Amino acid sequence: MTTEKPTMIEFRDVQKYYGDYHALRGITATIRAGEFFSLLGPSGCGKTTLLRTIAGFEDISSGAVLIDGKHMDGVPANKRPTNMVFQSYAIFPHLTVAENVGFGLRRDPRPASEKAKAVAEALEMVGLKGYGARAAHALSGGQRQRVALARALILKPKVLLLDEPLSALDKKMREQMQMELIKLQRQVGITFILVTHDQEEALVMSDRIAVMFEGQIAQLADPETLYRRPNSRQVADFIGTMNFLPAKILSENGVVEVEAQGFGRLTLAADQVMGSKTTEGTSIGFRPETATILFDGQVATDRETLATIEEVVYYGDMTYYDVRLDGTEKPMRLSMRNVFGRPVLDIGTRTRVGWSPGALVLFR
Amino acid sequence: MKKSPALKTYAIAYLIFLYAPIALLPIFAFNDSRVIAFPLSGFTTSWFVEMWNDQQLWIAFKNSLTIAVSSALFSTLLGIFGARATTRYKFPGKGGILGLIMLPLVLPEMIMSMALLVILIGMGVKLSIFTIIIGHVLICTPYAVAILSSAFQSLDRSLEEAAYDLGETPASTFRLIILPLVMPGIISSLLIAFTISLDEFIVAYFLGGNQTVLSVYIFGQFRFPQRVPSIMALGFVLVCLSILLLTIAEYFRRRGIAKTGAKDTGGFL
Repeated sequence: MTTEKPTMIEFRDVQKYYGDYHALRGITATIRAGEFFSLLGPSGCGKTTLLRTIAGFEDISSGAVLIDGKHMDGVPANKRPTNMVFQSYAIFPHLTVAENVGFGLRRDPRPASEKAKAVAEALEMVGLKGYGARAAHALSGGQRQRVALARALILKPKVLLLDEPLSALDKKMREQMQMELIKLQRQVGITFILVTHDQEEALVMSDRIAVMFEGQIAQLADPETLYRRPNSRQVADFIGTMNFLPAKILSENGVVEVEAQGFGRLTLAADQVMGSKTTEGTSIGFRPETATILFDGQVATDRETLATIEEVVYYGDMTYYDVRLDGTEKPMRLSMRNVFGRPVLDIGTRTRVGWSPGALVLFR
Repeated sequence: MKKSPALKTYAIAYLIFLYAPIALLPIFAFNDSRVIAFPLSGFTTSWFVEMWNDQQLWIAFKNSLTIAVSSALFSTLLGIFGARATTRYKFPGKGGILGLIMLPLVLPEMIMSMALLVILIGMGVKLSIFTIIIGHVLICTPYAVAILSSAFQSLDRSLEEAAYDLGETPASTFRLIILPLVMPGIISSLLIAFTISLDEFIVAYFLGGNQTVLSVYIFGQFRFPQRVPSIMALGFVLVCLSILLLTIAEYFRRRGIAKTGAKDTGGFL
């Protein structure tokens, strides 16, 4: 998808302890220049701590953080080529919008008129043209967010750090800001690193995502790989919805022969086999949209299995069905796009479910 | 909820009891008689003239002013350090140290004055305005720490980090971000410490040596009945000054709130 770009940030076995608490357990990863990179995980997984080690707000216990090839050990936050958009935005309440945006230019030797021009340009870039003279505390949440962005970008940092910047906005505003952030990132070409607990946000915005659990990176991949080939049940559960059915491996040599509950005997390619850390036992996983309910007259493209509908959730454009495949114990979630003229099925209906072995993932 | 007439009566009686004596000050300050009693005998401003010409009073007033201003400055400065340390840093023995700083708040002033007096005399320090300042700083610092702690507490930690992130040093961040945002607290602390020092009696009496301050002087004057009306005039002037001071303090507090867009959670008094 992207051509290989030079490395911007490198983590080398980064460890962080707070007293006895092991917050970062050996992070090794690289973030490329110009990339929109996300750190995704549940609260307490260490994603914000990792972001703050880049900014220089957290010391690391061991290992190394490099920005653009330079060791950051002992370099304070005010000397690093990074700028941050804080979760609370941290807009200085006693200053005007223009004073906030121009705050980082205080040590800039340029004449005041040029600095004022830079502030005006930065405000225009985030869609706040003409807001300079306003008091910062009188702004709405979305406007504060834009001021925080302009204030961080005016210094043309090598890396922009975003700590859950959209979590305080309502859903509509959040989706609009997601699109604007993507556009802005393409426009300025700066490396963006976003911390979020919202998997959908990470999928929508990122070139690559690092999924973190308990101070470790569980998987680092582009959104599509993460969604289609999660490398563990934990990642699969965190990103979107995935159905699991117990399975048993019959034989392996290049391809893997499996006996899965409800699906029967299957042959899977090597790249469909994931992980070796599962505690739940071997299982087959599939996404809700990769299997479909077959209506009268429809023919399965690949394989089909009989099933009973146990729950129906109607969402307007979509209907979610919980169906129990014959020979299985718990229902699987299927998502079906609603098509004009096609009825929504009732609970208890017997139906056929079409699926393909290629869309399955085996966790072992 | 239904209003209780008994409670209403109680509240009114309470307010009268609290403020009626103060209302008597202006009445007798302008009354043309050396005797403090009704009926009033006529209007005069001569008590103010008598007060104005009292050289001893001027000396006491200047002493009080010097002590109050110095105490306010020192205790507020110490309060800034204390409040910053307790709100921002974790260190062993923090609770105990804070407890010791706040102790003068509950310790009888008499005990503190006696202890200080014994130590100062033992060390051979001559009693003067300076020794009163030492005592007053001790009394005022807990108030300063309490007022400033709440000001520092309400400061979002990420504001500081944002300033570092934008290239400022810890020192310039303190000057550009923290100080302006806690300024209403600093002004409150200065005014409260000033007021406490100005009308403090026990420490000033114990540690003053032969230097007289306003409170001690006023108390002394009550021994001479003919001096009482001019003391009433002085009291009236002091009430007016207090009201002025409070108005200024409230003005700065509200301006601080308006400037930062915070919610008004009531005054500091």
